[in-house]
Amino acid sequence: MDVILETRDLKRTFGAVVAAHNINIRIHAGEVMGVIGSNGAGKTTFVNMVTGYLPPSSGEILYRGKSMIGLPTRVITRKGIARSFQIPQLFQELTVIDNMLIALTIADNPAPPVFKPAIDRRLEGRAIEALERFGIAQHAHREVGTLAQGIRKLIDIAMATVSDPALLFLDEPTSGVSADEKMEFMGTLIEALKSSDTAVLFIEHDMEIVEAFSPRVVAFYEGTILADGPTAEVLTNDKVREFVIGTEFHRTADTEGVA
Amino acid sequence: MLTAVAIAVDGLGFAAWLFLSSVGLTLIYGVMRILNIAHGGFYALGAYASAWAIGLYVQTGNPVALSYLIIPVMAVIAGTVAGLLIERGVLRFMYGRDEVLMVLVTYALFLILEDVTKLIWGTDSYVAWQPAYALGTVDIMGIPYTVYKLAIIGVAVICGGSLWWGLTHTRVGKLLLVVIEDREVAGALGINVTKFFTVTFLIGATLGALGGALTAPEISVVPGIGAEVIVMAFAVIVIGGMGSIPGAVIGALIVGFARATSVHLYPPAELFSIYLVMAAVLAVKPYGLFALSEGRKI
Amino acid sequence: MKQLDRTELSLLVALPALILAAMVLPSWIVNYVQVSLGMGLVALGVMIQMRAGLVSFGQGLYFCIGGYAAGLAGKYLGISDLFALLLIGILAALIIATTLGFLLRRYREIFYAMLSLAVSMILYGLLSSTEELGSTDGFNLPVPTYLGMAPSGEAARMTLFIITAAVVVASAIALNRLLRSSLGYVNEAIRENELRVEYLGASAHNAVHVTYVIAAVVSSMGGVLWALSLGHVDPEMTNWTTSGSFVFVCILAGTGSIVAPLIGTFLLEILRVYAVEISPNTWQMILGTVMLLTIIFLPKGLWSLLAKSSTAKRFDPEADANTQPGE
Repeated sequence: MDVILETRDLKRTFGAVVAAHNINIRIHAGEVMGVIGSNGAGKTTFVNMVTGYLPPSSGEILYRGKSMIGLPTRVITRKGIARSFQIPQLFQELTVIDNMLIALTIADNPAPPVFKPAIDRRLEGRAIEALERFGIAQHAHREVGTLAQGIRKLIDIAMATVSDPALLFLDEPTSGVSADEKMEFMGTLIEALKSSDTAVLFIEHDMEIVEAFSPRVVAFYEGTILADGPTAEVLTNDKVREFVIGTEFHRTADTEGVA
Repeated sequence: MLTAVAIAVDGLGFAAWLFLSSVGLTLIYGVMRILNIAHGGFYALGAYASAWAIGLYVQTGNPVALSYLIIPVMAVIAGTVAGLLIERGVLRFMYGRDEVLMVLVTYALFLILEDVTKLIWGTDSYVAWQPAYALGTVDIMGIPYTVYKLAIIGVAVICGGSLWWGLTHTRVGKLLLVVIEDREVAGALGINVTKFFTVTFLIGATLGALGGALTAPEISVVPGIGAEVIVMAFAVIVIGGMGSIPGAVIGALIVGFARATSVHLYPPAELFSIYLVMAAVLAVKPYGLFALSEGRKI
Repeated sequence: MKQLDRTELSLLVALPALILAAMVLPSWIVNYVQVSLGMGLVALGVMIQMRAGLVSFGQGLYFCIGGYAAGLAGKYLGISDLFALLLIGILAALIIATTLGFLLRRYREIFYAMLSLAVSMILYGLLSSTEELGSTDGFNLPVPTYLGMAPSGEAARMTLFIITAAVVVASAIALNRLLRSSLGYVNEAIRENELRVEYLGASAHNAVHVTYVIAAVVSSMGGVLWALSLGHVDPEMTNWTTSGSFVFVCILAGTGSIVAPLIGTFLLEILRVYAVEISPNTWQMILGTVMLLTIIFLPKGLWSLLAKSSTAKRFDPEADANTQPGE
């Protein structure tokens, strides 16, 4: 498989705190991989760096062989790297369909036309179609702020995928989804993404979900990569069991009630 | 050489006045995150109250010496009454709302205060030159200066010094500094933030009124001075970084000296030099010289 | 021209209605309409920025630039043709706004408000101390001519009115298009969540810049038309209190429809004339109180009372509870 994204010795510090270091990852076209690690292990920092939100202190990011260092988020997005957010980043006071229409409009026009009407039937059709793929078309005309967290997470992801990205980062897609719905939720998600040839990297705390949906897993610990490989191998790795899954178990248990 | 001295003394004089007129504004923003346009109204109230009271007092043949007491007393009365009414009556219902919305709210309050001032004191001008005149003048390198103007520099230093001492040496002050530095940490420490808002607002309002009250003997108090002073105060605190008290000192000095320089070298530029400096600083330092930190977004 | 929406149709109907009214109504009312049409354009400039979440406390800058550009062209170049003056005003605003836009597009929220105020006050300071331009008194403009025609008396009055109304209606239709265009949608998105806009692949800076320039151009046209109908300009046009009154109109009328600020400006102008006469010292107090009440009880302005369907949603109690942190 082709490597589409490669990072070399990626490092990020905040003052004296090292948030991430020695991050070397290769992501192949179309693959699905899980990322595990406790809070503060550097997972989101990694995603923020690759998507241009946070400039790395040092290291290299190569996307299809070209350096992405110094490019702004919007340019990286246009090149085909998209992401969702742990807390859905939506246009709260607008309806679901308007959120999608804005996403589509931006995807279609690098510089938004000033007087040409933004909305036409064709675009609305595409918006509905995208919503249907994620099973949320029935909420199309609700205001986003009034919807439940799980639905907002799906809208967030649906918006990230309108541009048919080659690489998609999902930042804790199942957080805020109740425990017994997580499996089904993730199923819908992966199914919706399967139709395209998108490589998906998802951050997840629930090991059952990781096992069920990703053939490959990367484990983060204290800002660096502890293990990277086939899921069965990584999840049985001693260090991973001790430093990541051990803490994950408590974390999951703690937050279950909140979700 | 003479011009340099004149610029230095006038610059300090302007800076002192600017600091007194704007430190309350930056304090309120720092603690409450309210950019208070009504601050101009407090300034005007203080100026009117003090000019009016001094006029009454001197007319009845009393010794001028005691009129200096009237200034702070009227400032405290004006600041406290107006501050309490506004904070308890309106603002407290709106805490936590969007910062831009709060600007609009305080703009509305500013409009109301303008007319309240007119209703109380009418539209005639008030002069209360006696306290300034009584102190006479002093020569600095051959240039006469009113002692009153120099005294305001002293008052500004005392006010700034005691405010800083209060913030760094008292329990309430230290907590306020924590709130200014980091709102989330403040919440986590269990500080009841809203409890401090009333106190802060009253201190800020009184400082604004004091700025006006101290200036009253030097000027003719007329409608519209509030609208003039608020934009100067904005320039000062935006340059220094909104919410930063050391920033207000630096901002006042920069604006004060910019204004003094243009007054002596090229008078027509006096008014716009202030905003030019402000725009120039912001073009380089977008959030002022001492910007407050913002929280993480994602 | 594709199909017109309801707002655009009513604007087109309003034009002949306005002209007809101007022929029958007493001239003092027509004067107010004309003056408030000019100011209404500036309010529209404030409004389209508000739709992007940006409150300009310095829109008077472009109101003044338009007025002074026309005035200076009349004073020093002897130009009195309305269309030429309009073009000069637009050009001046275009150049200045494009330049300043590089600075302003980096700012949001109160910083945008403060910085727009600051730059408008630079001009205020400049004009107030320029004696050749009459300092704070300002100076007079020529009586406009129209492509070589110089009507007089009643005909002159009507011509200026008709052209003003036509320009305002055309601008309002163009701005209504803007609100429904991709840029309009992106602006809504910037107001709601700029981070997401960047992550969708659009430059919020560029969108804000373009919007700022368009707002400036519209406002400068308002400035030219206003100045020509009064025959006079002075630095008060760019004082922050003038800019504040445009913000006031948008808050009061709401930003729901392009028509709202236009009607709002007119009603406010009429009200002001009466209030100043009846009770000059409580006029601002009334304004302030109305503004406070509007902010508290009608956050989307008076227009939301007319557009009921969109207000119903506003009162969903969950809407606020679910607003995410860190916005």
